[in-house]
Amino acid sequence: MVPEPFEIVVKRRDTTDTWTFELEPRSGEPLQFAAGQFTMLSAGGAGEVPISISGDPDRPERLVHTVRAVGLATRAICDADPGRVLGVRGPFGTAWPVDEVRGMDVVIGAGGIGLAPLRPALMSLLARREGYGRLVLMYGGRSPDQLLYPDELADWADRGFEVLVTVDSAGPEWLGHVGVVTRLVRRAELDWTATAAMLCGPEVMMRFMVAALVDQGAQGENIYASMERNMQCGIGHCGHCQLGPTLVCRDGPVYCWSELAPWLAIREL
Amino acid sequence: MDGVHVIERNDFDALLDALTRRGYAIVGPTVRDQAIVYDEIASSADLPAGWTDEQEAGHYRLRRREDEALFGYAVGPHSWKQYQLPAEVKLWRARVDQDGGLSNVTEPPRESPRYAFLGARSCELHAVGILDRVLLGGSHPDPADAGRTKDLFIVAVQCGEAGGTCFCVSMKTGPVAERGFDLALTEVLEEHRHYFVVEVGSERGADVLADVPHGEAVEEDRTAAGAVHARTASQMGRELDVTEIKELLYRNYDHPRWEEVAERCLTCGNCTMVCPTCFCTTVEDVTDLAGEHVERHQRWDSCFTVDYSGIHDGAVRGSAKSRYRQWMTHKLATWHDQFGTSGCVGCGRCITWCPVGIDLTEEAAAIRESEEGPK
Amino acid sequence: MKGLEELIADASVFAGLDSASLSLIAGCAGNEHVRAGTFLFQEGEQADRFYLIRHGAVSLEVHAPAAGSRVIETLGEGEVVGWSWLFKPFRWQFDARATAPTRLVAFDGACLRGKCDADHELGYQLMERFASAMLERLQATRLQLLDVYGNARASA
Repeated sequence: MVPEPFEIVVKRRDTTDTWTFELEPRSGEPLQFAAGQFTMLSAGGAGEVPISISGDPDRPERLVHTVRAVGLATRAICDADPGRVLGVRGPFGTAWPVDEVRGMDVVIGAGGIGLAPLRPALMSLLARREGYGRLVLMYGGRSPDQLLYPDELADWADRGFEVLVTVDSAGPEWLGHVGVVTRLVRRAELDWTATAAMLCGPEVMMRFMVAALVDQGAQGENIYASMERNMQCGIGHCGHCQLGPTLVCRDGPVYCWSELAPWLAIREL
Repeated sequence: MDGVHVIERNDFDALLDALTRRGYAIVGPTVRDQAIVYDEIASSADLPAGWTDEQEAGHYRLRRREDEALFGYAVGPHSWKQYQLPAEVKLWRARVDQDGGLSNVTEPPRESPRYAFLGARSCELHAVGILDRVLLGGSHPDPADAGRTKDLFIVAVQCGEAGGTCFCVSMKTGPVAERGFDLALTEVLEEHRHYFVVEVGSERGADVLADVPHGEAVEEDRTAAGAVHARTASQMGRELDVTEIKELLYRNYDHPRWEEVAERCLTCGNCTMVCPTCFCTTVEDVTDLAGEHVERHQRWDSCFTVDYSGIHDGAVRGSAKSRYRQWMTHKLATWHDQFGTSGCVGCGRCITWCPVGIDLTEEAAAIRESEEGPK
Repeated sequence: MKGLEELIADASVFAGLDSASLSLIAGCAGNEHVRAGTFLFQEGEQADRFYLIRHGAVSLEVHAPAAGSRVIETLGEGEVVGWSWLFKPFRWQFDARATAPTRLVAFDGACLRGKCDADHELGYQLMERFASAMLERLQATRLQLLDVYGNARASA
């Protein structure tokens, strides 16, 4: 359970408090992963944190992580520059159902940094574009300068994603949507009963997103969400990430919504 | 392997000698700080001869017995968990290089002493199995955890009396150990004779027994042992109706009883420390002042702390109610879905060692009664 | 080209109204076309109308000295702009600005209020529909207030 050394080869600032890192394994052995999985990431002795993998599953040579500096461990990671080595354990957890939803329309619903764990799914869907119906990204952020991957949003749009972006607040120079991300659902016209959704963002945002999707006619069993709990060991041993009858590090982070919904209705579960 | 045997009290130390000669470190009950705890045992003189315990909700007292029984008490605050999953473990130590990478990584030796557990009770054997399943039964068994209980030798003791907070009969985990031991002893005290009826559970057990003076059990010996088992089973201090208890609790996450128990619960975490199956741990990275070396330590954690459920914007379980509910529903309900068994073995430690005497059998019964009426 | 009645009938806020009601409503409506940057109305002005967006985009804004304008919400095709015409004191609370060339159906609020006063059944039908649309917008606004992407209490 000792972390494997990965060297930072690229560090890119996404927003005021968020950076994307490309890491190469010192061992030379690529970290194979499935879209949706996470690793336990650490810098020096500042503690480990679960961070979703943001790279392309078809290109595992570089491990890509988008990290927001919100605490001790994530600040230590975000302070690290190219050439520095980070510790990596994993990958852990369940995957987005990229293969299972073939043939359907797919909505990717992302809120804030929640786009990062969805990026591998997005790339997999685009790499197999012909296998799906309409692909729609609904991405909500706090403000235009807090949006992740702005260059890629345009690229994804060119390659067959309908990219809808909305922010909670903006100046008049912003030409995109302003408003909560759930309003994008009401505006989209999809064949909802044959639409799958993959959601990642703050839990409140996902709850309301699901409500909006179901109101439109989407089926709970076609909705998937990536959950956040206090994952510490990644291997189902430490107990911290319990979510009712499940362990998020083992049975999640990606869950089918219809299985999870009754549990999320319980406060402080 | 078959057959039932008898070891006289005077020959009991030969059993310990036989284990020692085979290289086992014997761990068993001993009296310390006015409680019966588990520690290394050299001879029967280290055992709590002539002691028993009084246990009730929030109450534990040692008391002299009128005889010299070696195992005349129920389970104490310790459990074998401390050997399976020690309270604090150093996972690794490494040098932090200029580039932030770790080098010279050393992991502590994985081989623990080969332990012989002396005096493990039936509920405890079930607890050892449940904990093994959590630590070793998943997709990522940790070799360090596996190493600690490899080649474990178990001398079980069939309980001669039940404690005031015991409910193993309800949990179907006792009082009689039926498997999972190498040798199982039933202590019999008669007016002029003190002896142990011995069942052999493995080849290794037979091998050890061969080194200990013993005889074949006669009908009277078997009857005496059977009477001990029956007496203990009839003495359970508590009971818990486990009929569809998972479903019962799943239906009652919003029950007002959780608020009531939270008014008493101090969220001290004692129940999780004494529980033989509570397995939660946290890790801490410790660096020296220069930041040149780092060690990762794993230590017991408790779901009663606020930090336990902390995510980036706060704790998921902020209230005492939610934390008690998490603990109890985990033991009795969600454990089934997570690991395929109950997480409770009915040992009663959480009741005895709760400073305010919260009793999970009472809490579960209250919820059940609210649905089904009093029994 | 669709007639006004058809355009109105297609809008979700008027869904299910009978043709008599639709033609009553259409009697208070007219087509408009505005360039990007045009204010449909501004804070403090008298609120005597509302709009249905046929094509284009409108942003609701509030202006503060020095801070400039902040966009509170953007509205698009099929959505209604403006509620203040319905209630006293009939004064706009925010600015509404077209952010693209925009085609609209404009409704005369005083005209429609008069028809609702005269025909309470029509009034009820319209109020129910407007209340529902306003509720949806209110709920969305509350979610926005949560600032769910913020960074309130960092620890990990």
